Amino acid sequence: MPIPMTPLAVTAYTATSAIGSGLAAHFDALRHARSGLRPNDLSSVPLACWIGRVDGVEDATLPAALATWDCRNNRLAWLGLNQDGFLDRVRSARGRYGAARVALLLGTSTASIGATEQAYRRLDADGGFADDMLRPMIHTPHSLAAFVAAALALEGPCLTISTACSSSAKVFANAERMIRLGLVDAAVVGGVDTLCDSVLFGFNALELVSSAPCRPFDAARDGISIGEAAGFALLERAAMVPDAPQLLGYGEASDAHHMSTPHPEGLGAELALNDALARAGLDATQVDYINLHGTASQKNDEVEAALVSRAFPSRTRASSTKGFTGHTLGAAGIVEATIALLAIEHGLIPGNLGGDTPDPICGAQFAWHSEQQRVDVALSNSFGFGGNNACLAFARAGFAA
Amino acid sequence: MSALPSGSSRVYVEGVGLWSPQLADFAALRSLLAGATPTPTVRPAAATLPPNERRRAPESVLLAVEVAGQAVAMSGRDAASLACVFASSHGDQPITDYMCATLAQTPAELSPIRFHNSVHNAPVGYWTIATGCHAPSTAVAAQRASFGAGLLEAVSQVLAEQRAVLLVCSDTAGSGPLGEVTGCRQPFGCALVLTAERSSATLARLDLQLTPAHPDSALDEPLVGWRDGNPSAGGLPLLALLARTGGRCQLTAAATLGLQIDMDHI
Repeated sequence: MPIPMTPLAVTAYTATSAIGSGLAAHFDALRHARSGLRPNDLSSVPLACWIGRVDGVEDATLPAALATWDCRNNRLAWLGLNQDGFLDRVRSARGRYGAARVALLLGTSTASIGATEQAYRRLDADGGFADDMLRPMIHTPHSLAAFVAAALALEGPCLTISTACSSSAKVFANAERMIRLGLVDAAVVGGVDTLCDSVLFGFNALELVSSAPCRPFDAARDGISIGEAAGFALLERAAMVPDAPQLLGYGEASDAHHMSTPHPEGLGAELALNDALARAGLDATQVDYINLHGTASQKNDEVEAALVSRAFPSRTRASSTKGFTGHTLGAAGIVEATIALLAIEHGLIPGNLGGDTPDPICGAQFAWHSEQQRVDVALSNSFGFGGNNACLAFARAGFAA
Repeated sequence: MSALPSGSSRVYVEGVGLWSPQLADFAALRSLLAGATPTPTVRPAAATLPPNERRRAPESVLLAVEVAGQAVAMSGRDAASLACVFASSHGDQPITDYMCATLAQTPAELSPIRFHNSVHNAPVGYWTIATGCHAPSTAVAAQRASFGAGLLEAVSQVLAEQRAVLLVCSDTAGSGPLGEVTGCRQPFGCALVLTAERSSATLARLDLQLTPAHPDSALDEPLVGWRDGNPSAGGLPLLALLARTGGRCQLTAAATLGLQIDMDHI
């Protein structure tokens, strides 16, 4: 059994995805069931699918001092950092605690591999990278975290977590451990992934991409829609900020089954869920809302729906929001953590967009349309390739399990 | 870190794994440092993987699994009981090179197997599958600080969760145009089994402390220059202490952060 944790305060959070930049845009799209998916207009050659592309990434110019970090992924990171006053909140935390006492823990699946793809599309006559692409720091998985560390002037522990689609959920666990041990006093967590050929053609090669907008938990679902997103949160000790929503718990577990398909009984997912509940001191009956991983892949949704049915009472509400944002891969954890926090803040259960003909395996827990109700406790599931599972538990300010 | 009043944290080492073309294991490092010339090796054996996986797995997986298997065997622990922290600065560079080259020419022909092997957590994924490990597992990167940052993450799991953790840090050689940019010229991997409590299998005690950024400890002959060819060789100052008589070393934990480690043999 995990060691129960002292809740942490989530003192700031923000998300930028296909449904908009910042929390207000997300709340509005979720409330009005407005999807951000569009026909693919991004890959270097046509590929018939739908994508969750963020508007305005191309125009999100980096400040001159950071220009050497320029690439689509870091532009999206910068766009995301500039929403909801997040930069100011970090600046204030840095002033309060000192730059070396704030950790930076970011998840990403492919970081700025899009820039490496670009370099390969226009190699020099001698077969090497063109001069403007000779920037080793953007051709490596740590490019995002190193860029954000420079942008935020943070000097504490700085780590990239890259466990495919659970990456930016797991960062909350890294942060909690570091704060509990007194290594740092606060942590900026989050994640960014951008659309690029690698993921579009890669998932297409695995026959996991739908040619239509994704339909999570629908009986006729036939694959994912890939999206891009940036999201960030600031974590501090709850005693310092009693009126902030809380991170109550987290769970992490491995399927030990297969590289690209989930365990057929959802073993790792259930271990992660139980670990999160135990660490939070929660019983499943106390969970008001679960933001599901719900990718719209045949197998994920089947396994996850069965887990919801056996683990939760029918009053618990559950939905996937990938019909809004697409599957934002390494950024999915933070985007959906943000949606779980919005559910708590606004009493909004987002509807499971795209599930027009619900798969009969889905139980009464599924919210097919948005609902208004008080949410004290919300979970978020994130599962990645390699059988890498994470579950996060959030609660409203003042909630005591 | 909180474990000791001095502000340092203490963990114990129960197993060490190491592989490079010059050094087949930790014993080979000891013999090299004692003045011998170890026999070069060709390919990491990765005996933990089932034979069919071993034939198909990319080199990044073989290297990580080889050093992980060595460290766990030395500890005598059940691999399935260990949380896993697998660090790598660059992930699988030959696969990234293949993918970017293919995407530039014939994107629709991208190999699905190579794509799913391209994820940074492929080595830890294969490891947990081969060992039936359901414990938490993670894959991390921190550019040239990947060993120090991975060690810090592993130590924080050992102390916060009071459990044994397997740390792996490995990078294969780069290839193609990307290899020219990363400058990673030869494979290097290492692994440690770290625990919160001293046991009969304990080899050494580590007291770690975060410090401001500070140059990494110098490497003396015959290890001079090894770090230049592979960022995962950043762990060598600590491995050399483990192979010798103990002492202090300084590693990079982030661009702006150092990790000072005092090591004593038990």
